[in-house]
Amino acid sequence: MEELLDIYKTISKKEVTVWFEAAKVSDFPKNGGACIKYKEKQIAVFNFERKNAWYACQNVCPHKMEMVLSRGMIGDQNGIPKVACPMHKKTFSLENGENLNGDLTPIATYPVKIEGDMVYIGFSE
Amino acid sequence: MKKVVVIGNGMVGYKFCEKFVNSQKFESYKLIVFGEEPRRAYDRVHLSEYYSGKTAEDLSMCSATWYQENNIDLHTSEMITEINREDKTVANHRGAKYSYDYLVLATGSSAFVPPISGVEKEGVFVYRTIEDLETIEAYAKKLKSEGKIQAAVLGGGLLGLEAANAVKELGLQAHVVEFAPRLMPRQLDQGGSNMLQAKIEKLGLSVHLNKQTEFIQGDKAIEGLQYIDGTELKIDMLVISAGIRPRDEVAKESGLKTGIRGGVIVDNTMKTSDDSIFAIGEVALYNNMIYGLVAPGYDMAQVAVSQITGDQTHTMEEHIDMSTQLKLIGTEVASFGDALIDNNTVDAITYENKRKGTYKRINVSADGTKLLGGILVGDASDYNALFQMYQTGMQLPENPEDLILGSRGDDNTSLLGDIMDLPDTAQICSCESVSKGAICNAIKDGTCDNLGDVISCTKAGTGCGGCKPMVKDLVDATLKSLGKEVKDTICEHFEYNRQELFDIIKLKGYRKYDEVLDHHGTGDGCETCKPLVASIMASIYADTANEEAAIQDSNDRFLANIQRNGTYSVVPRIPGGEITPEKLIVLGQVGKKYDLYTKITGGQRVDFFGARLDQLPKIWKDLIDHGFESGHAYGKSLRTVKSCVGSTWCRYGMDESVSFAIELEERYKGLRSPHKIKGGVSGCIRECAEARCKDFGVIAVEGGWNLYVCGNGGANPKHAELLAEQIDNETVIKYLDRFLMFYIRTAEPLQRTAKWLDKLDGGIDYLKSVVIDDKLELAEELEAEMATLVNTFQCEWTQAIQNEEIMKRFNHFVNSDETDNNLAFVPLRDQKMPEHWK
Repeated sequence: MEELLDIYKTISKKEVTVWFEAAKVSDFPKNGGACIKYKEKQIAVFNFERKNAWYACQNVCPHKMEMVLSRGMIGDQNGIPKVACPMHKKTFSLENGENLNGDLTPIATYPVKIEGDMVYIGFSE
Repeated sequence: MKKVVVIGNGMVGYKFCEKFVNSQKFESYKLIVFGEEPRRAYDRVHLSEYYSGKTAEDLSMCSATWYQENNIDLHTSEMITEINREDKTVANHRGAKYSYDYLVLATGSSAFVPPISGVEKEGVFVYRTIEDLETIEAYAKKLKSEGKIQAAVLGGGLLGLEAANAVKELGLQAHVVEFAPRLMPRQLDQGGSNMLQAKIEKLGLSVHLNKQTEFIQGDKAIEGLQYIDGTELKIDMLVISAGIRPRDEVAKESGLKTGIRGGVIVDNTMKTSDDSIFAIGEVALYNNMIYGLVAPGYDMAQVAVSQITGDQTHTMEEHIDMSTQLKLIGTEVASFGDALIDNNTVDAITYENKRKGTYKRINVSADGTKLLGGILVGDASDYNALFQMYQTGMQLPENPEDLILGSRGDDNTSLLGDIMDLPDTAQICSCESVSKGAICNAIKDGTCDNLGDVISCTKAGTGCGGCKPMVKDLVDATLKSLGKEVKDTICEHFEYNRQELFDIIKLKGYRKYDEVLDHHGTGDGCETCKPLVASIMASIYADTANEEAAIQDSNDRFLANIQRNGTYSVVPRIPGGEITPEKLIVLGQVGKKYDLYTKITGGQRVDFFGARLDQLPKIWKDLIDHGFESGHAYGKSLRTVKSCVGSTWCRYGMDESVSFAIELEERYKGLRSPHKIKGGVSGCIRECAEARCKDFGVIAVEGGWNLYVCGNGGANPKHAELLAEQIDNETVIKYLDRFLMFYIRTAEPLQRTAKWLDKLDGGIDYLKSVVIDDKLELAEELEAEMATLVNTFQCEWTQAIQNEEIMKRFNHFVNSDETDNNLAFVPLRDQKMPEHWK
C-alpha cells in the first residue's frame, strides 16, 4: 500500500517541469472538485470559484487509501482552503496538504494554472 | 364606537388601559381616562426610590406619548365628582360632563388616617403620592435647618416600612411605631419580625412595637406621640402609613353598593351593582376583601377588559394569592401562601441564623408532602423556588428542611432541580400573571431571542421584579434548549443555528448557497454548512439533491451511499416492502448484470453493493425503465415505512397495515430533513413491523390507529412515544404532516427525532399541544408546507439520467473514460466484497 502513496509528492510551482493540460475549466464543477488522470496518478482538482482559486492534490485519502478525495466537499477552515474526504470527513489543507482534523500523513498538493479555458496541473516528471 | 370611561390613573388604571390596547377589539372602543393627580400613572410600589434619585418620569408606567399614540384621552388633574347612572355620564369638579357606555372605577385608595386627636397638626403627613413626597421633603428640609431630625412613621406594615425608608433617605432619624406586637403583622410571625427588627435597627432605625397612640402632642406643630401605656416619643414629624381606605365616595353617592368598611362591591366579573360599571384595584371589594397588592389589581384589570370586550368566560379566581417578596430598608422579606398558619394540619420548620441575619420558616402539611406557605427574612433568594413549590403543589423532598437549610454538601443544585421541569402552567410572574409556558414560548415561537425582548413582550418581571432571576433562568434555559444561548452555531461560517438559518432563508427567499453565505456568513463554507443549507432549501422549495450539487452532502451529490472502497450502493424504493414477483425478477437481473453484491435491508428492500461511480447512471436507468425509482437510501430524508402484512393476510390483523404503509411512504418519500426518517405500520399490537422503533410508528388498535413518534434503533434505541390514540387514516396523516414539518423546521442538523424530542422543552406533552391542539397556531402553515413538498416530489435519479450535465458528475475522470484501477474485490459466499483495508 505504501507504493500507492509513493508516487504522490508535493510539487511547488518552482519545481514544475511539466504543465499538464488536464481539461477545460467547464469540465470542473463550480465550488467543487473532479478527478483527472496523469500517467499513473489520480489527481483531485478543485475550483474555488468564489475566490477564483484552483487547487490540486492526490485523489487518494491517506486514511483508508481509497481514491475519493475529488468527491469530497470543499470549503475553508479559518481561511485555509480544505477538502473533506467523503468517507470519514477527514479534512486536508489544500495549501500544504496537512490533515486539519487529525494527524494523518499530509496529502501531496500540486500547482494549478488556468490559461484561456484550460486547466493545467504542474508536475516534475 | 363604544366609550369606556376610566376614573383613576394609578397603576391599576393604567394597566387596564394597557391591557385594553393589547386586546383584539381595542379598535371598536374609545378610552377616556381621568386622573386627579397632575401626572400620568407611576409606580407607587417603588415610591421611596423618589428620594434615592429617581425622578417622577423614571417612575412613570409608560412614555409621555403612550396615551396619545393609542388614541386614549387622558385628563390629568381632573377629579370626577359625580356619576349619573341614569344618563350614563360622569361630571368633573368643574361640572363638565362626559358620557360613557362602560365606566371603570380605578380610584384606588387613600391613606387611612386613624382617628387620633392631633392628626391635623403641622408636620403630620400621609405617604401616598409624589405630591405627598414632595411636601414631606420640603418639610424635612425645613426641620433639618432647625436642627430637628426625629421623625416617626405610624404603621409597621409593608407601606409603613417603605415610608420609614423614605424618611431615612431624607436624612432624618426614623422611628417605626406599630400597634401590633410585630412588624408586618400580616406577613411575618414573631421570629420573622424579630429578625427584621434586628436588621433595620442595625441600620439606625428605631422600632417601637405594641404602641397605641392616644394623641399627638404639640401646639401648632407636632412635638411627640403620647401612647396609651403612658410612655411617649418625642418627634418633629409624623408620616402616617397605617393602612388604606378605598376611594369609594363618588361611587357611594351614585348609589352603587359598597361594603360596610368601604369598597365598591364587585362580583367575579368585576362588575359592580350596576351592569355598566366595573371596579378594579384597591377600590374594589371582592370576596369581602380589599386587595392592597398590585398583582390582584392587574388581574382585575384584565378581567374587566375581557368582560367589556365580550369574553364573559374570563373571571377573577376565587382564591387570590397574597404572596409578596420585596426589599425593605435593605432587607429581603418574603412571605407566601399560608405564612402564619398554626394548627394541627401543619408542621412549621424554622431556621434562624442571627450571625447571618436570616430567618426562614416553611409550613409543611402534616403528612410532609406539600408546602403550604412560608416566610423568608434576610435572604429571600429561595423565594421563587419555594413559591413555585407551594403554588404548583409539587411533592416535597423526603427531608423538607433541606429546602431552607440549603445545600449542606457540595451539591449545588437548585431547590427545584431543573427549572425547566416546572409545568408550563406554573405562574412565574404573579404581578402580570405570566406562566412559564408563556415565557418559554415567546422564545420558541421566534418572537423573542433575549431576556429584554421576553420582558417587554410578556411583561414578566415588570411588576415587583421579584421573579426576574427566574425569568432570566427560563430564558437562558429555553435559549439553550434551542441551541441558542451557548451560541451553538452551525460552524465557523455562520453565527446562527439551524432554525435561525432556516428562518432567514425562508424569509429572504434565497435560492443559492452563495447568496446565503455572502449575506449572512463568512469564508468559503464547509462540509457542515453546505449540506445544511441544501437540506433547508430542500425543505422550503422541495429541491431535489440535484439542485446545486456542489453543496450537497457527498452522498447526495452522487445520489448514492459511498461504501468502504469508494464504490456505491443502490437501493430502489419498494414502498411498504411490497413487491411483485416480476419486479423482484428485474432486481435479480440488474444485480446479476452489473455483478453487484445483493442483500435484503432492514427496511424491507433490496440493496446492491459494489457499483462504481460510472456504473450508477446505467444501473438506475435499467431500474427506472422497469418502474423503479430512487429509494433515497443515501439521503437525510424519509427512508422506508416498514410494514407487517396486516389484516389483508394475517389472522390477527386489525387493519390494512401494508396499504397504509405504502400510502405513507408514497406521501413522504424524498422528504428531506435534518436526519434520516424511518416509519413503520403494524396491523396489531403484536407489532411485527417494529413501528415503535421508528421516527413515526402507526399501530392498528380497536377503533383506529395509535400514532407513536420519535423512536429509533441505532446506538441509543428508544421506543417512540404515543402522540394520539384511536385516530383514523386522515388524522394520522394530518398529525404526521404537522409533526414532520415541525421537526424539519426546528431540529438541529443531524438530530434525529428522538434526540430532538429529548431536547424539546415540555417533551411529548408540548409536542401534543403543538401537533394536536395547535397551540402555536402553526398547524395550517405546517400542513400547507408539507402539501407543497408532497405535490412537487420528483425522483432525482429520473431527473439525473435525463440530464447530460448531471450525468457528467458520474465519470471517475474528467479527462479519461478509464475507471478507477485501484478497486479490488475478493470472493465471498458466491458473491463479492471489497478487499480488506490494510
